[in-house]
Amino acid sequence: MKAALDLFTIAAVVAGAFFFLAGTVGLLRFPDAYTRLHALTKADNLGLGLIVVGLLPQVDSVSGALKLVCIWLLVLLSSGTASQLVARALRQRREERR
Amino acid sequence: MIDVLNLMLAALILLLAAETVFARGAFAAVAGFVAYGLLLTLVWLRLQSVDVALTEAAIGGGLTGALLIGAARRLRGTEAAAVAERPRLGTRLVAALLSATVALALAVCVLVLPVPVHTLAPDVAAAMEVTGVGNPITAVLLAFRAIDTLLEAIVLLFALIGVWSLAPDDSWNGRPGVREASDPNGILAYAARVLAPLGIVIGTYIFWIGADHPGGKFQGATIMAAMWLLVMMAGLADAPPIDRPWLRGLLVAGPLAFIAVGVVGMATAGAFLAYPPGVAKPLILVVEFALMPTLTLILGLMLLGAPQRGAAP
Repeated sequence: MKAALDLFTIAAVVAGAFFFLAGTVGLLRFPDAYTRLHALTKADNLGLGLIVVGLLPQVDSVSGALKLVCIWLLVLLSSGTASQLVARALRQRREERR
Repeated sequence: MIDVLNLMLAALILLLAAETVFARGAFAAVAGFVAYGLLLTLVWLRLQSVDVALTEAAIGGGLTGALLIGAARRLRGTEAAAVAERPRLGTRLVAALLSATVALALAVCVLVLPVPVHTLAPDVAAAMEVTGVGNPITAVLLAFRAIDTLLEAIVLLFALIGVWSLAPDDSWNGRPGVREASDPNGILAYAARVLAPLGIVIGTYIFWIGADHPGGKFQGATIMAAMWLLVMMAGLADAPPIDRPWLRGLLVAGPLAFIAVGVVGMATAGAFLAYPPGVAKPLILVVEFALMPTLTLILGLMLLGAPQRGAAP
């Protein structure tokens, strides 16, 4: 049982790390700010989510697990808000230039 | 494996420090500084200093970063002229020499430290029981070296007075910052409504847990101040005019309560800030509870800046 859970953790965390890597590559390679934001949200949402899910079997208390899930939800909320705000500021600037 | 990780972290920090120093624009330098603060947080975690890591993340990276972003924004108008103006060779040489001397002196200080380092940690561990708190950092900050914490709180108050003193004459006693006109259905207002209650719970938790685990009033107050600023940035509340009696009262309440506890110690335990046996924990709680609103207000108001909107009616 323990080995199976460890295996699950390794698989989920590796998958999460992959999304972080992909998000970083996107951040560096994508042509404009909108697509770079898109790359960033993949790392925050899916990458962190998979890492949190992977770590859940390793915590020894329910409150510890709840804290991990809370961290993920808070990051979801704040990164979603921040990328909305960045995208809106960009659009505003573009419209002003016209 | 762990060594490789540590080395990579150290190299990354040096790179970011260089990036911050050599960056051309002020904004790029600030971005480097904030990332540097986050990496420094990781270093403190690796050194198992969770309290320092929390403080570095909240105050070193977060709050100072926000202050610097505000400063960079204000300097934007004159930045091109400042960059174009190259100081003379002599001035630059003197500056380089001075910086190298300071760096060298710091390096020597670190390198001549005796190994093993002389430490008071066992003494703290042995004497901690008297204070009634379970976190050695809190015991040091509020019992063994309480005078440092008191002076820290007073320095912050002076810093706020320094910020306020930059106000133009006609807006003295007015409201700091600009009134944010924002859409009540906008995304920022939504985030402020959802995040602020959660942030207040987390700030209170970190404040309360400080007695026995990493945390405390400084970290908690930074989170509270951030939530306050978020609500103001979203336009859901306005900054208070700085002449309000409740505001001024809360700003001095923390340090005054701390000094009062110190004087009580003089009368009952024979020294300023000494706690009479048996009541150390309640007295520490009094100081913590009095400092919490003071610190929250000071940190928030410092980020808002000097009053710049006419005296309040």
